[in-house]
Amino acid sequence: MADMIATRQAYGEFLVEKGRSMGNLVVMDADLSKSTMTHGFSKEFPDRFFNMGISEQNMYGAAAGLALSGKVVCASTFAMFASGRAFEVVRNSIGYTGANVKICATHAGITVGEDGASHQTFEDIALMRMIPGMRVLNPSDSVSAKKLLGQAVDAEGPFYVRLGRAAVPVIYGEGADIRIGTSNCLREGSDFTVIATGLMTAAALDAADALRERGVSVRVIDMHTIKPLDGEAVERAARETKGLVTAEEHSVIGGLGGAVAEHLAARCPARIAFVGQRDCFGESGKPSELLRKYSMTAEDIVAAVAGLSA
Amino acid sequence: MADNRLIEEMAREIRIDIVKQVYFAGSGHPGGSLSAADILAALYFGEMDIDPENPRMAGRDRFVLSKGHAAPALYAALAERGFFPKGELWSLRSLGAMLQGHPCAKTTPGVDMSTGSLGQGFSASVGMALASRLDGGGRVYALLGDGELEEGIVWEAAMSAGHYRLDNLCAVVDWNGLQIDGRNDDVMTVAPIDEKFRAFGWNTAMADGHSIADLLGAFGKARGTKGRPTAVIAKTVKGKGVSFMEGEAGWHGKAPSEDEAKRALTELGGAL
Repeated sequence: MADMIATRQAYGEFLVEKGRSMGNLVVMDADLSKSTMTHGFSKEFPDRFFNMGISEQNMYGAAAGLALSGKVVCASTFAMFASGRAFEVVRNSIGYTGANVKICATHAGITVGEDGASHQTFEDIALMRMIPGMRVLNPSDSVSAKKLLGQAVDAEGPFYVRLGRAAVPVIYGEGADIRIGTSNCLREGSDFTVIATGLMTAAALDAADALRERGVSVRVIDMHTIKPLDGEAVERAARETKGLVTAEEHSVIGGLGGAVAEHLAARCPARIAFVGQRDCFGESGKPSELLRKYSMTAEDIVAAVAGLSA
Repeated sequence: MADNRLIEEMAREIRIDIVKQVYFAGSGHPGGSLSAADILAALYFGEMDIDPENPRMAGRDRFVLSKGHAAPALYAALAERGFFPKGELWSLRSLGAMLQGHPCAKTTPGVDMSTGSLGQGFSASVGMALASRLDGGGRVYALLGDGELEEGIVWEAAMSAGHYRLDNLCAVVDWNGLQIDGRNDDVMTVAPIDEKFRAFGWNTAMADGHSIADLLGAFGKARGTKGRPTAVIAKTVKGKGVSFMEGEAGWHGKAPSEDEAKRALTELGGAL
């Protein structure tokens, strides 16, 4: 059984480690520092931490001002508010200026759980990837989260980093080579390909195991970078296997599935099945119950692959 | 620093530049640009520590035009101060031009923040003031419109500046009383402005927004105020300096005809 660690936990640890070597790293939060895990940084580097209170729009506007003054800014709140409530500030003050702000948004997707529909966002990847120059990362585990965060903070310009509340299996070893703008092929396979992102990557691995027992060979790709998309890996999968399933804890509209479909439509049209939130709001419940009810489990991926084979 | 008479002369030049820019562009916002001309002249020719030869000078004072639609006034001040050639002004808003309809920090020397969506520049100025305090840098000035104060983010920003006691931040409110659809008092009451800022932890100073002496005095008081940001509430006349634009909401976002531009420039002592 793999270790279970939330990506937000990895984010909190990353900030403290990075804060020691990076003197111009500034962290902001909007009254959620104990949930987003920025509180560790706030304790160790109180001068470089700004709690902006419950005002996400102002936080991202002020983040732009700090970044345009030479700071590297990680600004955190829940994904719902970072991408939704503050969208136009992110678009105009961070995207348009190319400000060096890393929007590190936690509690994305349905695994927010009991807080219910108002806090469960399935739109954030779609919203953020539409902004020119905004790179969008959705790490699948704590190891990849730290590696990707490190590269995002060292790179110039805006990023949206999608992090989760729930503990998820550790997929990667510490030595794994994970780079922004690429994907990681975790299982070779020749019949079908599952392109997964975030916590659905672990589910995709389970699905591949189940399908192997049925004699179906499934390639599993962890698409931790939604933008810029690793189009080459997507095209290769489309050419080398008989169909693709995209799997994400996000709406089937506009997220990873949308990005993959857009990429392939003009280059290498393929059959694609989309696993994700089906254009509806969520509700309260335990994360595992919600993933089941809203069809975002390994079984749903297996069913989608079966649908492609039919 | 230049004496007040020279700054007043610069304000007149800025007004001439505003009318010409908007006339040549065929669109833009003359009313709120003219109301802000003296404020910009006082900042760029009297108050701020900046270097046109080195627009990104470390430790400089920064200015954010939060009411981004007054771009012609900012561009005129920057050009008159020598940040770029005045010739750039006449291609404002045209395809491929350096000077965009609203300020763009990426393309224009001397512009520290891209603005246009109201209220956001004020938030950015809070971030700049936080950064400047960490680095021991210069002061930060933000110019807001009175109608802009209707944006909720303005009060989020004001609250955070008060909370963090950003005494290196000075907001200037161009209080001309008019917005696109009419008087503030008819569209959405923003008064009392000074009491609101004070309630958010700010020092406030009233000023005649068309008196260089008054404005410089208020900026001086702001500089001397410790532990609190200062809001200078500058009473202005929309369209100031052009008789037929003064006090007319209709001139918020409309370019003058050739005849109107000539009349305006004659009043200001300029020409097309």
